[in-house]
Amino acid sequence: MTRAALRALLSHWMRAPFQLVTLMAGLAIATALWSGVQAINAEARKSYDRAATGIGASADSVLTAEGGVPHAVWIALRRAGWPVTPILEGQVDTAAGPLRLVGVDPFTLPAGELPAMAEDGTGDGAAPALAFITPPGQLLVAPATAATLAGADLPPMVEAPGMPPGTAYADIGIAQSLLGRDDVGRLLVLGPPPLGAAPIADIAPGLSQARPEAQADLGRLTDSFHLNLTAFGLLSFAVGLFIVRGAIGLAFEQRRQMFRTLRALGLSRARLLALLTAELMILSLAAGTLGVALGWLMASLLIPDVAATLRGLYGADVAGGLTLAPSWWLSGLAIAVLGTGVAAAASLWRTATMPLLAPAQPRAWARASEGALRLQGAAALACLAVAGIAWGAFDGLVAGFVLLGGLLIAAALALPVLLHVVLAGLARTAIGPRSEWFWADTRQQLPGLSLALMALLLALATNIGVGTMVSSFRLTFTGWLDQRLAAELYVRADSDAQAARIRSFVAPRTDAILPIRSVEADLAGIGGEIVGVADHPTYFDRWPLVAAGPDVWRRVGAGAAVLVNEQFARRTGTWPGGTVDLAGWQAPVAGVYSDYGNPRPQVMIGLDRFAAMFPEAPDSQFGLRLDPGGVAALRRAILDRFDLPADRVTDQASVKQLSLSVFDRTFTVTSALNVLTLAVSGLAILTSLLTIATMRRPQLAPVWALGLTRRRLARLEVLRALLLALLTFVAAIPVGLALAWILLAVINVEAFGWRLPMHLFPTDWLRLLALSALAAALAAAIPARRLARTPPADLLKVFAHER
Amino acid sequence: MSSALLSVTNLSKSYDGAGGPVPVLRGIDFDLAAGRTLALTGESGSGKSTLLHVVGGLDTPDAGSVLIDGTDIAALDDSGRARLRRETVAVVFQQFNLIPSLDVARNIAFQARLAGRHDPDWAARLATRLGLDDHLAKYPEQLSGGQQQRVAIGRTLAARPRLVLADEPTGNLDEETGVAVLDLMLDLVAETGAALMCVTHSPALAARMERRLHLKGGRIA
Repeated sequence: MTRAALRALLSHWMRAPFQLVTLMAGLAIATALWSGVQAINAEARKSYDRAATGIGASADSVLTAEGGVPHAVWIALRRAGWPVTPILEGQVDTAAGPLRLVGVDPFTLPAGELPAMAEDGTGDGAAPALAFITPPGQLLVAPATAATLAGADLPPMVEAPGMPPGTAYADIGIAQSLLGRDDVGRLLVLGPPPLGAAPIADIAPGLSQARPEAQADLGRLTDSFHLNLTAFGLLSFAVGLFIVRGAIGLAFEQRRQMFRTLRALGLSRARLLALLTAELMILSLAAGTLGVALGWLMASLLIPDVAATLRGLYGADVAGGLTLAPSWWLSGLAIAVLGTGVAAAASLWRTATMPLLAPAQPRAWARASEGALRLQGAAALACLAVAGIAWGAFDGLVAGFVLLGGLLIAAALALPVLLHVVLAGLARTAIGPRSEWFWADTRQQLPGLSLALMALLLALATNIGVGTMVSSFRLTFTGWLDQRLAAELYVRADSDAQAARIRSFVAPRTDAILPIRSVEADLAGIGGEIVGVADHPTYFDRWPLVAAGPDVWRRVGAGAAVLVNEQFARRTGTWPGGTVDLAGWQAPVAGVYSDYGNPRPQVMIGLDRFAAMFPEAPDSQFGLRLDPGGVAALRRAILDRFDLPADRVTDQASVKQLSLSVFDRTFTVTSALNVLTLAVSGLAILTSLLTIATMRRPQLAPVWALGLTRRRLARLEVLRALLLALLTFVAAIPVGLALAWILLAVINVEAFGWRLPMHLFPTDWLRLLALSALAAALAAAIPARRLARTPPADLLKVFAHER
Repeated sequence: MSSALLSVTNLSKSYDGAGGPVPVLRGIDFDLAAGRTLALTGESGSGKSTLLHVVGGLDTPDAGSVLIDGTDIAALDDSGRARLRRETVAVVFQQFNLIPSLDVARNIAFQARLAGRHDPDWAARLATRLGLDDHLAKYPEQLSGGQQQRVAIGRTLAARPRLVLADEPTGNLDEETGVAVLDLMLDLVAETGAALMCVTHSPALAARMERRLHLKGGRIA
């Protein structure tokens, strides 16, 4: 019985192969978009982790000395039992360009800090190869770097895929010889000393000790980007499910009579449902496997752009491609099965509750009555109400996502109702029988197309929303770079004394020297930072303020008031007019500045006031303002004169340029996802149109018989699709903007503590309109072409049973 | 022959079959004068409906000529045949006659408006004669089969075509309803002065026509 019933059920797919293809394609694409985004995110996060745990990141502190830590000091500290390891950094000029050379001691470096070599066991915790430490030594480089440096007059190169590009690791002895130095650069303190060990200050009095630099700021910024990608993946998946929902709904509807017959012949309701569930499970697993493979392909194609971002922002190399964890495959399959379950739930429920003796005539598929539309409208309002309540009554990220989800579902549900009303209004403007029929027929098609149009609405709204957010993000990021990288050069000296000498050296060649001083501080019970800011136009011309009282910069410069960052303001509710306790001074808050990417509270005070309050604070960092044309020469001069490692004098203009280009490249990922989501919705329209095309003949044949040519009818079909796409696009604009606002003003604030300003980009909308019109026209063109070429005999079959 | 509204000469038509072309019409010759009625009878597959479709400009002949008011429709292109269907010929089918998205009133007026001959008074009189006054705001799916056929007849006659073609117009109706619909159609066709060619299996219906042609194997028997 079961086998016979299953055979009967599956026979439907044999007779409707296109429906099967639609179902499989929809589910595979939905799964692909979701799992592809997940793969990109996972790979990116893995790279962040790798960047964050690079050499030195795990150290407790860093020891530095003017002119580098002497070799003897390192030996003395090791002999005293201190777990220290040297890092000597410098630049080697080669014919192919400068190479950043990092000298390390493989014996004292913690296990796993050196990337694994491609060919032998050096690094990654394994004992170093003899060739690495004995002259001429070896250079650990990324494969791409090895290719660039081929033929250079350097020690033999060994490829290590985990290496950052443009960088080589060598044994410290080899590095000293290549760089012509006898010091060991700086020392990383890897842990606490053994009991009884002498303090560092006693062994080596001249050393400065500092915490290793945190690298989390830009990582926080990219968190927002990844949140975007995840939201995009989820929405794309939802859009794909509309196709699945349509295909399953149709397949169930067309088999209603078969279900009834099977039940009448003795198949129990439970067994019928079990068979249908098993059938869906098999289909979803097959489509899910295909989807995960497609997702991997998509991620492979997009990962170079993400890798470029990571390389630029972190120096992390992800060019090695994707690593596919079994959990990723399994989660992809699980989401496919889950999605199918969601898409099929209503159909399964209808089958479960179908009375055995009811008339066996199948109801018109997806035909919505006025009552159903009213119900749908009410459901949309209910979703909107839930979203509103979540926003008004609750705080937190979950409430933000409920607001976002509620809005999107409400908009999708409301679309058919809205279109029904608009088309009714347009029908009243009809002149002549053709336009009268066109509007009436368009309204009649609406229920059959509404799922696809809802998918299109979601795709367009997502495009507008995420596009607005990303573009706003870019503008904000540009501004953030401008404020943070205001000076042309940034210098970090080994000590205050060296800093003073550098300042004297550069003073005649610069327009301004802007000291950068800061201390760690407890701000409202949270670990934060107090920063001294120079009273200089560089800041008050550029620094964007979220909120400001009167005369902000004069008061801050005079030491009468302070600025706080947005995170602090939002966390503590301290805005202009409030005060903040700074070591007993109840400092009036004059303004709040945006501080994207910084997870910690921060307060800025005038430099003089800072010097008076914190005289012991280090004064070894400063920015230099000078003519951009002189930046490269001055940088070289400082490095040469004071023998500083390359990373101590940073040309921020080129960093800014690189960061922006990396960011733009990052946006190509978003653009690709935009296009893919739109393509999925286009596919949803195509499948819907093709599905209803077979049902259209009884509707179109009488009009043809009454004197409209097939070609004209086909043109009207395309026009109808374009019109519906246009109306959907118009509806998508407010939804997309609302989505962007939620992402910028609610989700970001809840997730990161700062709010991105929203900008509008109407030109992007026009491009999107053109794309959606193209997608709709292409989708409509196939069934329309088929209609135009339908032989009259086929149309006549509508009217009679015999020839 | 020259006074005939419809003149069919040596008409042939075949369809593609699995084993090659399958002839359906083989050298048909007949004519029909304006205001006259003609029944086409024959067994299933004899070519009745194909002949009606070709005469109605819904399909094209392989050979021969079909002159309607002196115009050879075999020489018309798709647009020409569409114009013919709008302005000169009207067809009442056995089923699926109506435009489902338009209400009854609009369905009745539709072809007349396409032809540019819409006369609201005439359409209203037809609706009354056809007993559709209470159903004008309804949609086809809300009507019975008999009511739907009456709407189809109303739509056909509202356009005042020169030639009315009917393909089993009562085939889906019970006997009583079928007779009533046929009576109405004959009365109204006579009133408009149109010619009527009716395809039917029913000897009773055929007996109501002035002339009868019997098709067998694609030929007039």
